[in-house]
Amino acid sequence: MSLLETIPSIFLENGLEIKLKEIHSAPLISSWVWYRVGSRDEIPGKHGISHWVEHMQFKGTEKISSDEMEKSVARSGGAWNAFTYLDWTTYFETMPAGKIDLALELEADRMVNTTYDEKEVESERTVIISERQGRENSPGFWLSEALHNAAFRIHPYSHDVIGDQVDLESIQKNDLHRHYKTYYSPNNAVMTIAGDFDKDKMLKRITDLYQDIPAGDDPPRVNRPENPQRGEHRLTVEGPGETVLGNVAYHTPSASEPDFFPLLILDSILSGPQGLNLFGGGGITNKTSRLYKRMVEDTEVVIDIHGGLPATIDPYLYSLNFILHPNSTTDDALKILDEEIQRLQDTPPQADELKRAVKQTQALFAYGGESITNQAFWMGFSEMFANYEWVTNYLDNIAAVTPDDVQRVAQGYLQPKNRIVGIYHPHKKGNNNQ
Amino acid sequence: MTKQDFSTLKINSLPGPDDITRVQLKNGITFLFRPNMNSMSASIGGYIQAGSIYDSQDKLGLADFTSSTLMRGTKTQSFQEIYDSLESIGASLGIGCGPHTAGFGGKALAEDLPTLLKMLADVLMNPIFPKKDIERVRSQLLTGLDLRAQDTNSMANLGFDKALYKDHPYQYPGDGYIETIQAIQVKDLKDFHQKHFGPKDMTLVVVGPFEPGSVISLAEEYLGSWVNEGQPQAMQVPDMTAPEKTFQKHHVIDEKSQTDLVVGTIGPSRNWEGYYSALLGNSVLGQFGMMGRIGESVRKQAGLAYYAYSSLSASIGPGQWMVSAGVAPENRDKALDLIKAELKKFVDQPISAEELRDVQSNYIGKLPLSLESNAGVASALLTMEQHQLGFDYLRNYEKMIREITPQSILEAAREFLDPNRLIISSAGP
Repeated sequence: MSLLETIPSIFLENGLEIKLKEIHSAPLISSWVWYRVGSRDEIPGKHGISHWVEHMQFKGTEKISSDEMEKSVARSGGAWNAFTYLDWTTYFETMPAGKIDLALELEADRMVNTTYDEKEVESERTVIISERQGRENSPGFWLSEALHNAAFRIHPYSHDVIGDQVDLESIQKNDLHRHYKTYYSPNNAVMTIAGDFDKDKMLKRITDLYQDIPAGDDPPRVNRPENPQRGEHRLTVEGPGETVLGNVAYHTPSASEPDFFPLLILDSILSGPQGLNLFGGGGITNKTSRLYKRMVEDTEVVIDIHGGLPATIDPYLYSLNFILHPNSTTDDALKILDEEIQRLQDTPPQADELKRAVKQTQALFAYGGESITNQAFWMGFSEMFANYEWVTNYLDNIAAVTPDDVQRVAQGYLQPKNRIVGIYHPHKKGNNNQ
Repeated sequence: MTKQDFSTLKINSLPGPDDITRVQLKNGITFLFRPNMNSMSASIGGYIQAGSIYDSQDKLGLADFTSSTLMRGTKTQSFQEIYDSLESIGASLGIGCGPHTAGFGGKALAEDLPTLLKMLADVLMNPIFPKKDIERVRSQLLTGLDLRAQDTNSMANLGFDKALYKDHPYQYPGDGYIETIQAIQVKDLKDFHQKHFGPKDMTLVVVGPFEPGSVISLAEEYLGSWVNEGQPQAMQVPDMTAPEKTFQKHHVIDEKSQTDLVVGTIGPSRNWEGYYSALLGNSVLGQFGMMGRIGESVRKQAGLAYYAYSSLSASIGPGQWMVSAGVAPENRDKALDLIKAELKKFVDQPISAEELRDVQSNYIGKLPLSLESNAGVASALLTMEQHQLGFDYLRNYEKMIREITPQSILEAAREFLDPNRLIISSAGP
């Protein structure tokens, strides 16, 4: 089967969307259930609730205890986990093919039957606060949090998925249960399965397990589009350490907008290629990208730089993160960065640079396609902000980008008035031993 | 309702003696290959006896620095030309450094394997260590050390290694210290490369959609002529015994929200006869399900940590058996008490038959997943070669795992773990 073959969606009567892809290269099956809920659906006072509900999904149901849930997957030699993001929450199991039925049953059960016990909620509260505190140990976390707050005054993308400490201290069991009941239903979910199975047999089994789960009401959505930014925002964050960090973020369109693909090429040219792979496959270094060459190699204003353009439902950010060279200043770094952006705005890139970006994308697809887990991931991930055709047409859309397209999006989006510049400044303090 | 089995594949796809090719190139390099005709890409990997145990004390970090600069330029290619060749075809190549060996790994589309192997050979055999590039890498390494000093996890582990491996080469950090990195000169890098990089005891592995003959020819063409008459024999490191008494140290890093805690002792080497008992026992202790008994106690029951698990690090010399947790600073001692209680229980009583069955099923079941990618197979082949496990290792794996008993796990635990003789290292506010 081609890596990029179209996979039609199948819908059960309760609205559950299913995508199945047979791959018979290894005796493995990867099954994912995606829910259309993430931190974008949270309101003030409840930031972090989607991620907390994800944790509660491992607490068991009346049918299967938390303990048994964990052990049954582990006994099978399966890998499983869950992720909460801005736009979605997902649960996956990659299992030996003969054991996948366990995952299918488990996900059907916890789609609607998770137990919300007061004691478990309180125990998880401290675990999640500990998770947040672990992230707070990294200077980059504080910088990112401040930058998102500055970038989004209205839209809920202003808050990190982990949530705010004050909300994590105040969210109650009933809040969590309400959030779960609102967003976890078959009509708000997509199930994607790839691996060593027969499609008809698999569909019959899914139908048996999921068709009687009642559809829920259409979940409410927070509809608060961000206004265009009217001038550059600059902010600083102070903390311990010796190293200055920078994050320059530009407002960019959603992944389903046509300009997203020229921006991906722009990102590849400026700061190196990024793939869609979540599970292995490896990456490609960015040593020949324009910003790395100029800022790390030629002028040595930074120690490292990389970029990121996440695929999201609503307009989000193209971020450039750098570690400042100790002998340099942030003004030096920003000046060089601006010169390189100006160069792209003044002159379209060479055709060779685009050709290279296409080849890199092809390679990243080939690497990622070797993983059955990635294959199932791609099907669901793309459905969260567009559809699977977004993935199957990805290479064609990348190949169709012209040098003029890249210049146009550089001119349109990479403007100072459209960006937030965040700098982490260490206020050096000594360490000692006890 | 009966459980469904969807599997359509009945073949035994585990790598074994009938599909792994092992040859010595004419200069002595051990070359391993396993075909994967379903794949569109090639993975390579390998190692050379040039790890950080060869560092002198005043130049700690030299081996790591050398590995980090091999790709900064060769006799015929500049840094930019090297990366231009790789990145323009979507290939990657990286060289890193462990205690015993410098390791390398790379990936490319299948049609680009010759380019990848040719590049590997050039950067291993012909690096020139340009002065300007060396200074650039030095700045990067020093910044890395600044960041390390602020990282609670790194500092807790650094303190653990230093206390555990007292008087042993493993006590030193592979990435050195600021003053030792500053002391390293270009000549040191050139000398280290000249002395330690060569074909002796080098292993190279390739996995991808090829016939063995063509890949062996490529390896021979690019690497077969490499000679280094002065390359020394691989260094052996001494054995270690557990600490005589418990030692505890906290490293203060101001303004952090969380403390990282590491508790443990010496663990088995990879070739120790009871290794698999220790491996399965460790899974019960702090891996299985949501981090085993440690996770159950520290995370699930007490809610003290997002992560709390045990790990077994076993390679050529004395390994480590340790428990790691990230906790609120005020909960450090509480978590420590829970960890010690679990360790005590673990060495006092054998695990249950059910626990054993659980971890046996887990280890047997997850094997195919670890071998799904070419890189996973390459890694397994290197492990088999480095520790002389035999190429039937993966096919005998299930049998070996099934032979483990609660008693053998208890014996392995008692061999290494003593709750009264632990190294306890933490870093945080």
